[in-house]
Amino acid sequence: MKHPDFDVVVVGGGHAGCEAAHAAARMGAKVALVTLRKSDPGVMSCNPAIGGLGKGHLVREIDALDGIMGRCGDAAGIQFRLLNRRKGPAVQGPRVQADRAAYRSAVSAEMAKMSALTIIEGHVTDLLVSHGSVSGIILEDGAAVAGTSVILTTGTFLGGTIHIGDQSYPGGRLGSDGSIALAERLRGMDLRIGRLKTGTPPRLSAKSIDWAGLDAQPGDTDPVMLSFASKSPVLRQVDCAITHTNSETHDVIRANLDRSAMYGGHIDGVGPRYCPSIEDKVTRFAEKDSHQIFLEPEGLNTDWIYPNGISTSLPEDVQLRYVRSIRGLEAAEILQPGYAIEYDFIDPRCLSADLSLPDLPGLFLAGQINGTTGYEEAAAQGLVAGLNAARRCVDGDPVHFSRMTSYIGVMIDDLTTRGVTEPYRMFTSRAEYRLSLRADNADARLTSWGYEVGCVGEERAEQYQRKAEAVEGCTSAMKTVDVLPSDLAMHGVKVSETAKRRSLFDVLSSGQVDVDTAAALSPQVAEWPEEIQRQVHRNALYHTYEERQARDAMALERDEKVAIPSDLSFDGVSGLSTEVKDKLRLVKPQSVGQARRMEGMTPAALLTVLSEVRRHGRRKA
Amino acid sequence: MADTIFALATAPGKAGVAVVRISGPNAKAVLGTLGVGNVPDRQASLRVLRGHDGCILDEAVVLCFSDGRSFTGEDVVELQLHGSVAVVRATLDHLSETGLARLAEPGEFTRRALMNDRLDLTQVQGLADVIDAETEQQRRAAVAVMGGAFGEQVSAWRAKLVRAMALLSATIDFADEEVPVDVWPEVREILSGLLRSLRSEVDGAGYAKSLRQGFEVALVGRPNVGKSSLLNYISRDEVAIVSDIPGTTRDVLEKPLDLNGLKVMFLDMAGVRVTTDTVEEIGVDRARQRANAADLRLFLRDSDADEDFGVDHKPDDLTVRTKADINADGDISVVSGEGVSDLLVSISDILSKRVEKASYVTRDRDVRRLTAAVEILDGIELSGHDMPDEIVVEGLRAASSELGHVVGDIGIEDVLDDVFKSFCLGK
Repeated sequence: MKHPDFDVVVVGGGHAGCEAAHAAARMGAKVALVTLRKSDPGVMSCNPAIGGLGKGHLVREIDALDGIMGRCGDAAGIQFRLLNRRKGPAVQGPRVQADRAAYRSAVSAEMAKMSALTIIEGHVTDLLVSHGSVSGIILEDGAAVAGTSVILTTGTFLGGTIHIGDQSYPGGRLGSDGSIALAERLRGMDLRIGRLKTGTPPRLSAKSIDWAGLDAQPGDTDPVMLSFASKSPVLRQVDCAITHTNSETHDVIRANLDRSAMYGGHIDGVGPRYCPSIEDKVTRFAEKDSHQIFLEPEGLNTDWIYPNGISTSLPEDVQLRYVRSIRGLEAAEILQPGYAIEYDFIDPRCLSADLSLPDLPGLFLAGQINGTTGYEEAAAQGLVAGLNAARRCVDGDPVHFSRMTSYIGVMIDDLTTRGVTEPYRMFTSRAEYRLSLRADNADARLTSWGYEVGCVGEERAEQYQRKAEAVEGCTSAMKTVDVLPSDLAMHGVKVSETAKRRSLFDVLSSGQVDVDTAAALSPQVAEWPEEIQRQVHRNALYHTYEERQARDAMALERDEKVAIPSDLSFDGVSGLSTEVKDKLRLVKPQSVGQARRMEGMTPAALLTVLSEVRRHGRRKA
Repeated sequence: MADTIFALATAPGKAGVAVVRISGPNAKAVLGTLGVGNVPDRQASLRVLRGHDGCILDEAVVLCFSDGRSFTGEDVVELQLHGSVAVVRATLDHLSETGLARLAEPGEFTRRALMNDRLDLTQVQGLADVIDAETEQQRRAAVAVMGGAFGEQVSAWRAKLVRAMALLSATIDFADEEVPVDVWPEVREILSGLLRSLRSEVDGAGYAKSLRQGFEVALVGRPNVGKSSLLNYISRDEVAIVSDIPGTTRDVLEKPLDLNGLKVMFLDMAGVRVTTDTVEEIGVDRARQRANAADLRLFLRDSDADEDFGVDHKPDDLTVRTKADINADGDISVVSGEGVSDLLVSISDILSKRVEKASYVTRDRDVRRLTAAVEILDGIELSGHDMPDEIVVEGLRAASSELGHVVGDIGIEDVLDDVFKSFCLGK
């Protein structure tokens, strides 16, 4: 069968693949999404939740660029919670519990809406390469799908192995014979490959759980959506429940540790420290006699429950015994045992900041294959790869995400500059400009820019424009309204006797009053919609810090602007140590700023790099 | 536009000549603040440099290079000072107090030269080695100044910063997990301890002060033992009223002298003795305080029966017998001059050793950064720890970056390591 030619071919229909295909299509590219089954797009293979701290920030950024994860999550949301509600807005993250089936159909519907996007069912066996560049893929039936750019989002298919107790078998999304050639081609490219692992808990039957005695965890009463475009939940809202392991649970686990794949010495891969298996928890925190478990429904019309907090690689019979030692789960039925999966990943330092592999022009990698974990991290990389794969087809410059303006930029820079030692997950602590990079202002940071890039549609751009104008109007109202100390005192705010009159904006930014008081103090402010007032309040809270961070960022910009030409090699430079040369060869920093952030970089080495860049420029001039 | 930077270009310590380089758009304006104008380009000019209060800092050879024709490619001013630690110190202090320029980071001059195409590669490589050495030296020097105790101190600061950030980060990034709801009792304790320790470090950074204002050497001894005579002899200047009536010197007299390149302030004390005269008693008291606080004490005696009048002997302090011309066992005599120059050599040796320990370029930066960190932590404490957690973490990050070249960089991984060691996180 002959497939028509495409601009961008995306391999894999997970969260990275879907976001990549959709983004490339928004950019005007003709896109093929190749996946094993047409029903794959939107499958949540791990826990049924999207968002959270850092992760919720990523979803908002994807959404601000008109990506699909946020709005699909809202469409499928059966419980909404804004995490860190009692802390400042910079560290609040929206999270949603999603109905798996609803999420999958929402994603499918989004894909179907894009006329330039074709979903092809098939096994990819190899890449097509011509003149040293990638030119498409080959399917198991021998058919070729030609494309100018190819994005691999194949998750754990490289050397994936599933472990349950002492049993193991090859696994992973494409872990069949068909993918061997593709895997061999990647292995043949002299890339650095490492091994990671991750785990899942056993899935339980809701009917078999005694809910009566368990604490319920309800969603927020005023739900905060993932997407800037969503108004309110669509589906019926449900509670999660909380239970705990106990000393009996721990005894069962301890007595069978030698039967765990992880503790039985079957697994070499490095697991994430923030997502330990229950074996890990019991061993490393032996003094704790109880661990929390969240029982999360996987949907409104399903019997499946995801017990968050007890991922494991123990044999099935042990899983059943420890599960049944837990309160509320005494008669629980396991629908699917928990397992650990071990897989190869490609050292992301091999990638450029557009997620392409310089070793094979036209090939992009996104998602778990780059050493990350999580739907949101995968989707964000998919977006970056999709935009850049499409850009490449029209000979455009790469779309660059800076760590000063987005969490996406933080992640891409962390991955490509510093690499990973465990599955990479986003935390708000990773962003040094955390106070400026908030979930609430992702649209202000990215939507207009995305419109220029070409991935934001008219509707979204106009919607944002209206909001931006309102925020600006309300801000200038707050800046022009002066407040007397006596006005503040009337509203119960403590003011010193020497206090002077200040603008309402300054008062808000000092954190002394809330929005309601502000509105009460000024009719000009009160006439703006409440949501706009709240946004101005959030901006005001960090106003002084943002200014300071902007100054810091400017100092860094200097180095970011000194580009390192891609054809510049440092191999023959005598002033650099072998170690630094190796790192430079691997990371291929694109700017002096990126080189500076590399591990093991010294001021002297940086100076030598800089001098080479200057010399190179002179030679060319 | 680049800002203006300065640094000592020659090796720190006593030397024949010390070169201070200033580079950037304000270079000539900075020279103006030293009371020097109209220096012709690329010609050595001998000029008197004056501080803010008009006092003479040094007489120096001044060289100006205009942008495009200088080492860095920017406006450059070079000051060739006398190689005295005190002179260099005072000059560097003056420069940073102008607010027109700041102390350069390691390699910054070279970097500018490079950006302006003023260097070729062989030069860069030679300089790169120096910079690496300098960066490493900075850390080691900072630690070496105070010896092993300081090293422990630094590790403790680092551990405290990491711990406080880890506690707060755990409650921020793992809000829906099993972390303590309120980590503030521990954070508060850590931060006040850290602030206390940093503050005492800043207050005690006495080397810097001694170098700038001169080391104080107190002359201690009973009345008429010959303190004022010794001072007059060394300074060849009748600063003290010399008479043989006890109690003549009621105020503390200060006499600055250049001793082998070191600025030394000799303090001539009121004769320390028991007195009934109220006015004189004040003088005696003041003398005792100053003597105890001085960098070095010189106990003068002319008989075995002498006492110390409440002035403590500290390590390195010297005891000398005066009036060698009339006392057979005397060490020095201001009449014959016997032993005086040996005494001065001993004093300058002791003080020079202290100077060597303080690699003062490093210390200068350290003190500034320590002070900045103290100010940040102070802000947090002054707020009554009532700032939002994310803003406190921001402050801690800023403080860590100020302390970074002493305690080492603290990255997100260091914080996460502590978080995952302390709390069982993860679903």
